[in-house]
Amino acid sequence: MNLFFMKLMKGLPLLSLLLWMCAVYFVGIYLFVGGFLLVRLEVNRTSTCRDALQPGEEPGDFCRGRPRFRRAVLLIIDALKMDFARFDPNNTTPRPYENKLPVLEETVSAKPSHSRLYPFRADPPTTTMQRIKGFTTGSLPTFVDVGNNFASSAILEDNLIHQLGQVGKRVVFMGDDTWENLFPKKFYRSLPFPSFNVKDLHTVDNGILQHLYTTMVGDEWDVLVAHFLGVDHCGHRFGPDHPAMADKLTQMDGVIRSVINRLQNDTLLVVMGDHGMTDTGDHGGESQKETDAAIFIYSPSPMFPGPPSQGEPDVVPQTDLVPTLALLLGTPIPYSSVGQVLLPLFPPHGQKQAAAGSLSQQEALWINAKQVNRFLETYSSMAKDIPPESLAQLKDQFSRVSSEYLSTVAEGRSPSSELTASLRAYLTSVRDTCRVTWARFNPFKMAAGLCILMFACLMCFFLSELSLVLLRESGMAPVVVALAAGVFTAGGQLLAQGYVEVAWCLASAALSTEVLFLWKAHRSRTAVAKNGSNAPKWASLLTPSYLLTPPLLVPLLRCASLLSDSYVIAEGRVVTFLVLSLALYVPIHLNWDGLLLPPSHDPLKAAGLLPSSALSPSVVRKESSTLLACLGVLVGSLYLSLSFHGCREEQGSCQPSPFLSPLSRLQNSQMKNLHYILSVFSLGLWTSLLRRCLRHYGNLNSSGATVFAARWILPLLSVCLGLHWAVSATPEDSFRNLAELISLAQLALPRAAFCLLGLGLFLIWLDPLTVFMKARASASARGSSLPPPRYRASTGISPQAELRHLIPQIYQQMRRSLDDGELSGGNEVDNRPAVEAYGLGTVYSAPLLLFCGLLGLGLLLLHPEGMALSFLLLLLEMGALLHIHASSTNLSSLHGAPPGGFNVPWTPVVLWSLAATQFFHATGHLPTFPSIQWGAAFVGFPDGHTGTILPASLVTLNTFASQILFAVACPLLLFWPLVCEVRGSRSGRACGDEGEDAVMEIRLRESPQQFSSALLQLSARYLFIQGAQVFASVCAAAILRRHLMVWKVFAPKLMFEASAFLVSSVSLLIGVTLVLRVDVAVSRWFKRLVPDASR
Amino acid sequence: MWDHEIRSMASSHAIVAASVFMATVVPAVLVPGFSVYGTHLLWLYSVSAAVTGVSVAVSWLLGLTPPTKKHTLGYKLSRLFRSCLYFFLSCLFFHVVLVLYGAPLIESAVETFSLAVLLTSLTSLRCLCVLGPNVQAWIRVFSRHGAMSIWDTCLQITVACTLVGAWLGAFPIPLDWDRPWQVWPVSCSLGAMIGYLTGLVVAPAWIHYHRKQLTYKSK
Repeated sequence: MNLFFMKLMKGLPLLSLLLWMCAVYFVGIYLFVGGFLLVRLEVNRTSTCRDALQPGEEPGDFCRGRPRFRRAVLLIIDALKMDFARFDPNNTTPRPYENKLPVLEETVSAKPSHSRLYPFRADPPTTTMQRIKGFTTGSLPTFVDVGNNFASSAILEDNLIHQLGQVGKRVVFMGDDTWENLFPKKFYRSLPFPSFNVKDLHTVDNGILQHLYTTMVGDEWDVLVAHFLGVDHCGHRFGPDHPAMADKLTQMDGVIRSVINRLQNDTLLVVMGDHGMTDTGDHGGESQKETDAAIFIYSPSPMFPGPPSQGEPDVVPQTDLVPTLALLLGTPIPYSSVGQVLLPLFPPHGQKQAAAGSLSQQEALWINAKQVNRFLETYSSMAKDIPPESLAQLKDQFSRVSSEYLSTVAEGRSPSSELTASLRAYLTSVRDTCRVTWARFNPFKMAAGLCILMFACLMCFFLSELSLVLLRESGMAPVVVALAAGVFTAGGQLLAQGYVEVAWCLASAALSTEVLFLWKAHRSRTAVAKNGSNAPKWASLLTPSYLLTPPLLVPLLRCASLLSDSYVIAEGRVVTFLVLSLALYVPIHLNWDGLLLPPSHDPLKAAGLLPSSALSPSVVRKESSTLLACLGVLVGSLYLSLSFHGCREEQGSCQPSPFLSPLSRLQNSQMKNLHYILSVFSLGLWTSLLRRCLRHYGNLNSSGATVFAARWILPLLSVCLGLHWAVSATPEDSFRNLAELISLAQLALPRAAFCLLGLGLFLIWLDPLTVFMKARASASARGSSLPPPRYRASTGISPQAELRHLIPQIYQQMRRSLDDGELSGGNEVDNRPAVEAYGLGTVYSAPLLLFCGLLGLGLLLLHPEGMALSFLLLLLEMGALLHIHASSTNLSSLHGAPPGGFNVPWTPVVLWSLAATQFFHATGHLPTFPSIQWGAAFVGFPDGHTGTILPASLVTLNTFASQILFAVACPLLLFWPLVCEVRGSRSGRACGDEGEDAVMEIRLRESPQQFSSALLQLSARYLFIQGAQVFASVCAAAILRRHLMVWKVFAPKLMFEASAFLVSSVSLLIGVTLVLRVDVAVSRWFKRLVPDASR
Repeated sequence: MWDHEIRSMASSHAIVAASVFMATVVPAVLVPGFSVYGTHLLWLYSVSAAVTGVSVAVSWLLGLTPPTKKHTLGYKLSRLFRSCLYFFLSCLFFHVVLVLYGAPLIESAVETFSLAVLLTSLTSLRCLCVLGPNVQAWIRVFSRHGAMSIWDTCLQITVACTLVGAWLGAFPIPLDWDRPWQVWPVSCSLGAMIGYLTGLVVAPAWIHYHRKQLTYKSK
């Protein structure tokens, strides 16, 4: 029993180190994402005319009386900066963007009671889609508005367009096609034009101009929205300081003039920019140049009392447009609007003038305040991100204002200007609170996240280089320090602020533990150096000559590619290119070292000047040809995998792979059959390849649970899959009388597959051994020819040493009998029945392989049928990579290269982790939200779900299938060189004179310390590559947060990369835990086998 | 140690580089509308032809080609034939590699093959000139101890530079700059050409600088 505990204890430091490493990464990601991605909950309620804004009141706050305007024209000029709209007559040498819109200034000065020009301040993120959302919902959209639909971009929140439709206004839209995606089917008439090509300055604008005037003259509209894109595209392409901008602005000037001339008396004109631009023409961030746009309001009939007075706002926040337009046009204010009405547009109390029945300033403000209060109450009951103390303050403020207003109205007095001021103060503070919560990057959190991630990558790197030393002396110190730092920070925060922010506690914990680790690593390195052992030097670790070797240069290139939007868009091909380059580097490097060809022609070796190892040309040639053949398979699957890619919308001329659409959508029945046959064929090949591999190494002989899984569950699962595909591909109208059966099968088959998968994985976990023992008393013919067992000579040294010598013996016998095709046979050893153990050589890799095989089938179930081919390619590529790694290791060791323990070099690990990304793309996924395969949530649940956890996890499994498979299978990289080891290569050193025997994976048990250090090194290297990619995409998002593509390319990429890291680190931990589980089982098995060994 | 040889190598490289320059300039004068981007294929062919011709001539004049065992005409003819075959096979090989690296399979096959021809004339042709039609020797040259003379070392350097240049030339293709040299295969062939010219300059310099460290086994 103590052996069992010893084993378990041996695994613990390894697991806890990995877990701790992952945790540090998670903290870094959490901090950065918390500072970068602003999250807001969407409130899916809509206002109506019959709403009672306060409980117990009469309904009818909205839609009361006659609206001030019957019609409105909304001209949105994308990126109309305030600088563009100003006119300075004294400026004699205007820059290209100055003084090009004289119409605004002329109108304001000629007709002061008809028009106003204000700066119009947008909220970050200043991207067009978020801005359109902002000035139609009146809310502060963030990058992630957590709503019901991630799949489409349609606005579900209550908005102005919806409200206009509700009261029967005909909304006509023309211009930027983003609107059409945001408000599908909401317009009375819609003329969208493609907005994607930034280089195209004229398509959208000319399209609008073709229809704008004819529409205005006609009577088929109430609200007209025209969104011009030319100015924005001109900024992106040339920058504001360019003659093209002058032309564009002059054109806009003409447009505004013509529209003003065609307006009728009951029509309101609003000309506005949705955001500004920087001096280089970009936008997206929060600098004043990007946020300050212009708004120009005009009505043919006078609506202002006179020229602009003192009390008018200096700057109009963008949210304020929504309540203003809503009340002026007589519609309810959208539910989630936090804007405040633009007071100058409403007549002051008492001077109701000609516009009888319309709202006065105070009435409008009161309705506005009640609506905002209602929204705040609803939101705070749903989400907890608004700090409670400011919420209480706001509530208090509102109750004070409302009692004051109500008493004023009850007494019939006209509301004082103080009351107006306090109403406005309330509305402003609500908006400011919301803005602080939703619409601001947190640069400190972002910096802390970056810092932690950078240190975590460094830690992973050092851990992988110094795994042996660090594993030996890992203790509880990091955890204790982390806890202490976290608690200390929490205490400090409690004292200073009165409440605890978890993110900062985590940050200080992570940072302190990282610093401690780096210090410890440094100290242990110096200690080792003093002892004189050949530990790697720090200096040599960080020199360019070490870092710029191709295996590390390729991940460096990969990380650099994440900083460019073009490379992120072409990521699938970029990764394939890099994998291919690194794969071709393997044989070239081997050849450069002279390892690829047998050195028989070398005169020095022939003369015996160099130490001749036990290599024969034929063995080298065999290994080389295996390597080249596997390289061929790898290259082939790389090339074929390119045909399974999906398409991003940014990629213009791209056809998504035909295999991506489910079979049921294929119309041509012949094609359908062909696809089905292909899929089933690859499914069958997947299963049979796995079984053949297991059988080849003798893992299918015993009667354990794992073998049961391999023999029965694996084929059964694939049969289930094939049947499921057949059922789901059946057209709905055929087989009418079998409809019930088919729907039952659609429900039952995937569920049965899920159960089988769970059962199989559980069985592997329960009893992972695939060793078949034969114990016979009778001696075989060959047994006598064996040399006397050596371990007998070592009796008396230590039980462990004895055990260690016994293992090769056992294995050797088994291997011999296999080689001779003798399935029976036995041996007398030391008067105990000798044992033959089939499958002992692959005792570690077999369960892992089977685990991956089953998991792969389960993940395939969540994909479209055509992806079976891609999964087959994945399996082939995995095998090819493993064999290439094994052969190159063999070739190096055949030529007498210095043994590196079981260490896995960088090249295969880099290939492995890049292949994970490559197959992410080759299984039809893309790092964009619209490309998520939502269908996966309905496999086995055709009627939908009640909860959210199950569908979310199904979709996650589908999206990151390739990362999961590669991460779980990662330990195979450690085992495969041992599985494929060439006999005579290593055993010369290991077992003295019995040099002819391969011991395969049992060799790992000879030096458990090296085994676990190699496992740690492998995992740390894998985590390093994955973590470096996360770090690179985090850097990209942080550095390029003002980039045009940040919300389209970099932010989604960051989220996918971070989730991929999360999923792959968890899967890696599962894989490593499974290996440790097998290790424990093997220890038990040996203990049973040699009961007296531990005595 | 090999001052004379280094000098002859440098001058032969200068001749080859001059031929590349002439192959770019002369058609620009003679052919109306010729430009490296616009009529890229034409430029490719003219450069390939110039490099091929000059390399063969230079290596023949310098007597680089390994001495043949037999001097019969038939043997020489078969050697010539094999060289041509190797040249063609190498073009095919490069074409396949380019396609595997992501070059369009069908649409611009002509462009891809032209690039393969250029790469062949920059790399394989040199191998043919220095080592003769012997793949075993080619493979052996590209190992740490495989070089038998300074010409072999030079071969290693120029071939590596050319291939790395072509590889780096693929990098700008996905970028959205809309430049004429981003079109397939312009950037790759320019990269290969620049790499080759760099190799021509670097090889004699490197050998001259390292002439004390270099030791060659006897043939």
